[in-house]
Amino acid sequence: MGKVLMKGNEVIAEAAVHAGCKYFFGYPITPQSELVAYMARRLPEVGGLFLQAESEIAAINMVYGAASTGVRVMTSSSSPGFSLKQEGISYLVGSELPAVICNIVRGGPGLGNIQPAQSDYFQVTKGGGHGDYNIPVLAPASLQEIVELTQDAFDIADRYRTPVILMGDGMLGQMMEPVEFSERSDTEQCKKEWATTGTRGDGGPKIITSLELDAESLELRNRNLQQKFARIKENEVRYETYHIDDAEYIMVAFGTTARITMNAINKARQDGVKVGLIRPISLWPFPEKPFIETREHVKAYVSVEMSAGQMIEDVRLAVSGHAPVDFYGRTGGVVPTQEEIYDKIITVSGGVTI
Amino acid sequence: MTMKTVFKKTTGLTDKPTHYCPGCTHGVIHRLVGEVLEEMDILEDTVGVASVGCSVLSYEYFNCDMTQAAHGRAPAVATGVKRVLPNRFVFTYQGDGDLASIGISEVIHAAARGENITVIFVNNTIYGMTGGQMAPTTLIGQKTATTPFGRDISIQGLPIKVCEMMATLDGAAYIERVSTHDVPHIQKTKKAIRKAFETQKKGLGFSMVEILSTCPTNWGLDPAESLEWVKDNMVPVYPLGVYKNKEGGK
Repeated sequence: MGKVLMKGNEVIAEAAVHAGCKYFFGYPITPQSELVAYMARRLPEVGGLFLQAESEIAAINMVYGAASTGVRVMTSSSSPGFSLKQEGISYLVGSELPAVICNIVRGGPGLGNIQPAQSDYFQVTKGGGHGDYNIPVLAPASLQEIVELTQDAFDIADRYRTPVILMGDGMLGQMMEPVEFSERSDTEQCKKEWATTGTRGDGGPKIITSLELDAESLELRNRNLQQKFARIKENEVRYETYHIDDAEYIMVAFGTTARITMNAINKARQDGVKVGLIRPISLWPFPEKPFIETREHVKAYVSVEMSAGQMIEDVRLAVSGHAPVDFYGRTGGVVPTQEEIYDKIITVSGGVTI
Repeated sequence: MTMKTVFKKTTGLTDKPTHYCPGCTHGVIHRLVGEVLEEMDILEDTVGVASVGCSVLSYEYFNCDMTQAAHGRAPAVATGVKRVLPNRFVFTYQGDGDLASIGISEVIHAAARGENITVIFVNNTIYGMTGGQMAPTTLIGQKTATTPFGRDISIQGLPIKVCEMMATLDGAAYIERVSTHDVPHIQKTKKAIRKAFETQKKGLGFSMVEILSTCPTNWGLDPAESLEWVKDNMVPVYPLGVYKNKEGGK
């Protein structure tokens, strides 16, 4: 299969189909509606099922039901709709059910607007719903990367019996780029003996639940969950670095913002500023290693976000006081320009804009 | 002397002792559902969905695969299960707080879509698990923890008649209201449950049985008085009968 020109939202959908996802339960919300519409047309072609739910709440609970039968299943939404799914996501974690949930983030809080934003960072990386938990969050920066990470998301979900969040901003969902889909030969769906599909032939009832009334038992269950999260932290960290070997200043950005920041870095490098980029691809687990490796000699880090400053908290934790951490962000759906970020680099590095 | 077994526990239930209060009819209703699953020989092909409330632990008692749903969301979870496994029998077991209040949207839309599932809806006019608060089904004048002076229609409005409402939906194939207040009515309840699962077996669409039930603990009545209370106070407000039968006939 050669390269095809597609919209980000459609790439997510097609990549999910390539990953063996045949079930999608969704609800319309801008700016991810193309994803839902694509699935409605595409899934019947592969013998799957698309169902438009009456609400985001119903959609995530349909996902819960489908996931409990052991199939690969997905839903997607955008910020306000994603908030509504949080209860169901907490249940997926508690019941250890694999599923992929896509959040194409828009401006908030409240109804906000439909412009690109990254202001759901806290919500997706710090649990979001009730209870002690974290969920793997993957944040692609290009449409080709969406293809890879969507497939990774389903693999991680199955491997650890956990929901996985694919987080993009409205710009990534709406932009068009050429992409190439490849069948992943190593995509091997785990055997799911726990799935509730009826007891015929397996000897006894199976139960999927997140309820544990006895305190000691729930604590034990939570300890097991924490051990699982530790394994995910050990094995599923993803990031990219750009020009950090000699960098005196390191920008930190993910998704669309990372691409713009990269252009600003190229311009600053031409002006002689030794600046680089750390691009977290897994927002949780957050990549600490590139910070630990650089924080002794870097003069300052700058977190660049389409939010009022959320990832910066994880950057500070990773830097642990070894260097100053600065911030540049735009909110409300305003996308920072290359010039703005360039100006920030120049200011931080103590230089003067030419 | 040869001994003849005249009554035995259904294989539709596990051996776990239930946690229900004395005089609560959940135990009876569990047994009826279990018997129907056993008699239809579909126990191994059934996935049940437990809800939130007193019956949350029903997943410990039904002897089939069970999935526990968030409060009110059982019909959405059941939809997810059934759409993946159209050849399995899928049922939800929900109380009136779960179904008629927080989950009213999910049950209405499941019926509207004609989801081929069975809803066992147990109505005792009150939230039992949380300590006896008003439900949408609480009767006018009924005292609960949150209507200490009785349900006042000028403040809390009027009870929801779920069967009557659900019967208006074209996707609903079988809707019946039954009661557990005496033995003849318990027999009728079992027939209604059987009819609902037969409806699902034939692929006719959404089926629901509303079962009038007791809550001696939160009503402040003894078990015998509770059964009388169902007959005298609930049945007049929630008339028994078949509200929808797509197949026709009785």
